[in-house]
Amino acid sequence: MSKNTEPIKGKAFVLGKNIDTDQIIPAAHLVYSLDDPEERKLYGKYALSGVPSEESGLPQGNIPLTKEGETESEFSIIVASDNFGCGSSREHAPACLEIAGIKAIVTPSYARIFYRNSVDGGFLIPFESFEDLSKEVHTGDELEIDQENHVLKNLTQSKEYNIKPLGSVADIVHAGGIFEYARKHGMVA
Amino acid sequence: MGMTLTEKILAKHSGKDRVKPGDNVWVDVDVLMTHDVCGPPAIGIFHKQFGEDAKVWDKEKLVIIPDHYIFTTDKYANRNVDVLRAFAAEQDLPYFYDVGTDSYKGVCHVALPEEGFTRPGEVLFGTDSHTCTAGAFGQFATGIGNTDAAFIMGTGKLWVKVPETMRFVFEGASLPPYLMAKDIILKIIGDIGVDGATYRTMEFTGPGIKALTMEDRMTLTNMAIEAGGKNGVVEPDEVTEAYVKSRTDKPYEKIYSDPDANYYSEHFYNLEEIVPMIAKPHSPDNKATAEELEGEYLDRAYIGSCTGGKLSDFRAAAEIIRGHKVKLDTYIVPATTEIARALETETLYGTKLIDIFREAGCKIGNASCAACLGGPSDTFGRLNQEEVCISSTNRNYPGRMGSKQASVYLASPYTVAASAVTGVITDPRVFIQQTVI
Repeated sequence: MSKNTEPIKGKAFVLGKNIDTDQIIPAAHLVYSLDDPEERKLYGKYALSGVPSEESGLPQGNIPLTKEGETESEFSIIVASDNFGCGSSREHAPACLEIAGIKAIVTPSYARIFYRNSVDGGFLIPFESFEDLSKEVHTGDELEIDQENHVLKNLTQSKEYNIKPLGSVADIVHAGGIFEYARKHGMVA
Repeated sequence: MGMTLTEKILAKHSGKDRVKPGDNVWVDVDVLMTHDVCGPPAIGIFHKQFGEDAKVWDKEKLVIIPDHYIFTTDKYANRNVDVLRAFAAEQDLPYFYDVGTDSYKGVCHVALPEEGFTRPGEVLFGTDSHTCTAGAFGQFATGIGNTDAAFIMGTGKLWVKVPETMRFVFEGASLPPYLMAKDIILKIIGDIGVDGATYRTMEFTGPGIKALTMEDRMTLTNMAIEAGGKNGVVEPDEVTEAYVKSRTDKPYEKIYSDPDANYYSEHFYNLEEIVPMIAKPHSPDNKATAEELEGEYLDRAYIGSCTGGKLSDFRAAAEIIRGHKVKLDTYIVPATTEIARALETETLYGTKLIDIFREAGCKIGNASCAACLGGPSDTFGRLNQEEVCISSTNRNYPGRMGSKQASVYLASPYTVAASAVTGVITDPRVFIQQTVI
């Protein structure tokens, strides 16, 4: 993940509301090792494979995050509707998205464990938008997140949207996760 | 201004006189629980961050309960249990409930109370979203990820943002004979939505709560996460104490909400006015009454999990199934081995519960999470194709119980059992009224 506040650029992947952790990474796939460099790639392959096909990659639909036979995605920023990451506490959810190549998510609201896991594990940056942008942004649009000014730019559509500052988790996000944060503050040797 | 039960527990565990919603505090952890899905990656992070020779902060406070993918030939799943086994040996952990031994328990959220790890006033974290179940015992309990669990393993601490509290007040002196705690929580989730309690505490209180057993209360707090809640909590009383003291000698401190505590919102429910509820596919807040869905098509019935696989859940199901043949493939999965043994000894009108299910034609599985969350393709009861299931479990998002082509209705064990007997969705009041008469 970006450990600094440089702009995050990449293609958008758009989803609807209540994308739960079983859709992000179906439970049958939770068995692979996250430590083994080869095995962990399977998480990239199956990331978002539980989303019903017609709701995957909106508004077009039927777009998988990761192409058949690949483990990395061409998309880097997820734009979704409310309550992203609801359901289980599996950290494999933000981890699989990072492994697939996702750098950031922009949604009006998150389920709290997913949000916390994204921050504490340093997998990706969970940004909150003021409005639901899942109807505005199209899958494949070129986006840029200006972290300094809290703006999401849609370069394809030439539109800009304000997003919320990270607030109280900013220090952990910019440290790169809870361990890096704790080391910086002398809490862990 | 006073504090809520949750605020008081978090203040005490962070060494402060008081905390308020929104504060970030570092709390001392009383119990950390992990299982076979999230334990191995948490252990990997623990060793990476603290060193290969690192020891956990307090081996008496770490509880490892394999329960998710146990009865499967999946090589990766079995390897994950081996990782737990090796870690328990390396750390000399006293509380590892290993598969294939007499100590094997099954579903962690029901095993924790059985083994005396849920105590009023304490802070419990677990690498599973349904860790909030333990709030039924008057403690702060919530689900976390692998990284946070690894952090606790090394330090015994974790940061928590103090949540606002929503207060749910139950009026009514008792549960009507056809109603279960599952109906109440499905009603609440349907009313407030799957993100209606996000980042907040759900505190269940009022005279009606006194009428609920510990298992009923666990069903309520268990599903706080299905409304997005950080934790669910019930103040301790004599029912709590009787359960806890029968399971542990450890001392604990009962903590109560102050009368002048500040709540985010208050919600009032009269138990006598709630009717059997169902969450339709594909979301726990897609509410309907059982009566409204009467006659809807089903392929399968499933009774099990941390939510609906406790002894009282099977007793309820047996009341309805007794003397009938089920018309659906009906799966019975006790949450724990203790419950599985009780099915062999507890009777209803002189017949053992297990025999009631067997004679009705139900399929009986081994204690574990089983098909509640799908799991490997050979998991007992898993929905492997386009099937429609009515289930006493907790989630029905697409693919939750296996195939994303499948559909799941969530309901109480009464409603699941009534539907199993008739073959279509059925309001259990038809059967219960017969029983009462």
